[in-house]
Amino acid sequence: MTRTLFDKLWESHRVKILEGGEALIAIDRVFLHERTGSVALESIVESGRSPHAPENVFCTVDHIVSNKEGRGQDDARMPGGEVFITATRKAAKATGINLIDVLDADQGIVHVISPELGIAQPGLTLVCPDSHTCSQGALGALAWGIGSTDAEHAIVTGTLRVKKPPQMRITIHGALNVGVTAKDVALHIIALYGAAGAKRCAVEYAGGAVENMSVEERLTLCNMAVEFAAFTAIIAPDVKVSDYLKGKKYSPKGGAWQQASEAWQGLQSDERAKFDYDYEIDADDIKPVVTWGTSPEHAVSIDGQVPQGADYKALSYMGLNVGEVLAALPIGGAFIGSCTNGRLSDLRSAASILKGRRVAEGITAICVPGSMAVRREAEAEGLDIVFKQAGFEWGAPGCAFCFYAGGETFAPKTRVISSTNRNFEGRQGPEVRTHLASPTVVAASAVAGYICDPKNLEPLA
Amino acid sequence: MTPFLTHSGIAVPLLNDNIDTDQIIPSREMKTVSKTGLAAGLFAGQRYSEGRTPNPDFALNQTKFDGASILLSGKNFGCGSSREHAVWALKDYGFRAVIAESFGEIFYNNCVRNGVLPIQMQAKDILNLGARVAVDLPNQTANKIAFDIGQGDKTMLIEGLDMIGQTLIHKANIGAFFERDKISNPWKY
Ligand code: SF4
Repeated sequence: MTRTLFDKLWESHRVKILEGGEALIAIDRVFLHERTGSVALESIVESGRSPHAPENVFCTVDHIVSNKEGRGQDDARMPGGEVFITATRKAAKATGINLIDVLDADQGIVHVISPELGIAQPGLTLVCPDSHTCSQGALGALAWGIGSTDAEHAIVTGTLRVKKPPQMRITIHGALNVGVTAKDVALHIIALYGAAGAKRCAVEYAGGAVENMSVEERLTLCNMAVEFAAFTAIIAPDVKVSDYLKGKKYSPKGGAWQQASEAWQGLQSDERAKFDYDYEIDADDIKPVVTWGTSPEHAVSIDGQVPQGADYKALSYMGLNVGEVLAALPIGGAFIGSCTNGRLSDLRSAASILKGRRVAEGITAICVPGSMAVRREAEAEGLDIVFKQAGFEWGAPGCAFCFYAGGETFAPKTRVISSTNRNFEGRQGPEVRTHLASPTVVAASAVAGYICDPKNLEPLA
Repeated sequence: MTPFLTHSGIAVPLLNDNIDTDQIIPSREMKTVSKTGLAAGLFAGQRYSEGRTPNPDFALNQTKFDGASILLSGKNFGCGSSREHAVWALKDYGFRAVIAESFGEIFYNNCVRNGVLPIQMQAKDILNLGARVAVDLPNQTANKIAFDIGQGDKTMLIEGLDMIGQTLIHKANIGAFFERDKISNPWKY
């Protein structure tokens, strides 16, 4: 019997087949954050239960924490938000799990620090009460987002009850064109098959274009699997992944590293493995993409127009009409950051466009590195200077403007170009109009003052 | 958790596709570290006009839908953020079942964990349900229209089980699994 990579991970973690089509799946690592994880932790404390393996449970503070320079350890970006932070800290201590606190050198957005610290590894199961946990599939981990009740279940029992999802493979043949990023690939796929297109499948990304991607690019691609209605995404780990993980804080060390890297080599789908859906895409067809509406499927290439038959509700929210050309729309805000595009390579690519340029008049431009480590490395390279000289604000790590928590945001109806993953109504603030794009398109648009393909920026004198 | 067997109630249609959990409960309405008291924040973005007065255009504010306990929707209901607050808010408001063409995966599971019945049905059947819907979970029908549901989810809902307790019945199997795994995959520990 041939097996997919997903089958192999599923079977190696299956504790027991339960009645009714579910299996009890062993969970190797649990990650939490203050917004949805605190409820799970408090509930464990209240019920008098305790974690099955507290050393394998990690919690960060990223969602509600202030993203202002010089923030204090309880400073939130929404009124009353400090309650989430202090409650999380207290419950983390009471349950004896690993807390990565606001002022720690390792703090950052959960999906950015999970690989960065070597907590996510090939072949592990990892869950978190956060939908973008699927990002970690980029390392060959079986990682998926759950609710708070399931997080409590995973922490206490070391397992989850899961229905085996159907499986899909998307093979991206060829090489991506210059200027096309992993973000564009993710948006292209969602636009092509629809926001419900993955049909709750575990999606394996394969093919030359994926093999060519760096680990950070793969993280971006897998991040948006949830916008595609996938159970999760996964990519077979290769030598790039081993190189990436080597020496990380929680990566296996010494003899264990040897065992691990050998075990990881066998993690791929068998040659003739069967998928419920097997799609193929040509990398050459993918251009830089930008969204026009309020679902990630409302996306077209940056030289495109708002399509015929566009959803009326989305158009009225976005203040657009059918036929409008996207690459000319004036913007009022630009945001670079989030678990999709808040890593060092994202900041580097944006900075390469911003260097020697300035943000257009009247634009609020913000960059918030995804983690303390990203911020440190970026500052060591002088990227912070590039961003600041270009007129960007430079923030303290966290989710920041990726979602509106109830505090500071852009003014209503502001058109914002953003490197994040959701353009839902109100996602970045009441009536804020979000256009999703890659960090380079965000940077170029901030400079131009309207949505702009980097290749159309005026060359530097 | 309250067991779910049968339930009959007023059905309110919110038939758009892709109603995400940010719409079901906006982030700013998740004010405390708590699973209760979230009904006021349900659909807050559309339910209220300026000054937090009811928006008359929004279905939940219309008298004919007073006391609605069944929600009808389109494709991909509950997509987006994993926040379980979306289900807690629906439940707190009084919803017992959501009938949609398809669901966000995490939202679907969150419903089952909280005793709210998610029913998947074709669009044409949803449109034919009418103003009152009688759901019979043991027989898997809504107004006599048959629906599918996973056996495991069905049992959980009907018996209103505490899942952690149910899983801990297998504690010995779980312990044995991890003991074996520590030997075959020592690098993980
Ligand atoms: S950056 Fe945005 S999408 Fe990512 S975890 Fe934070 S809020 Fe969620």
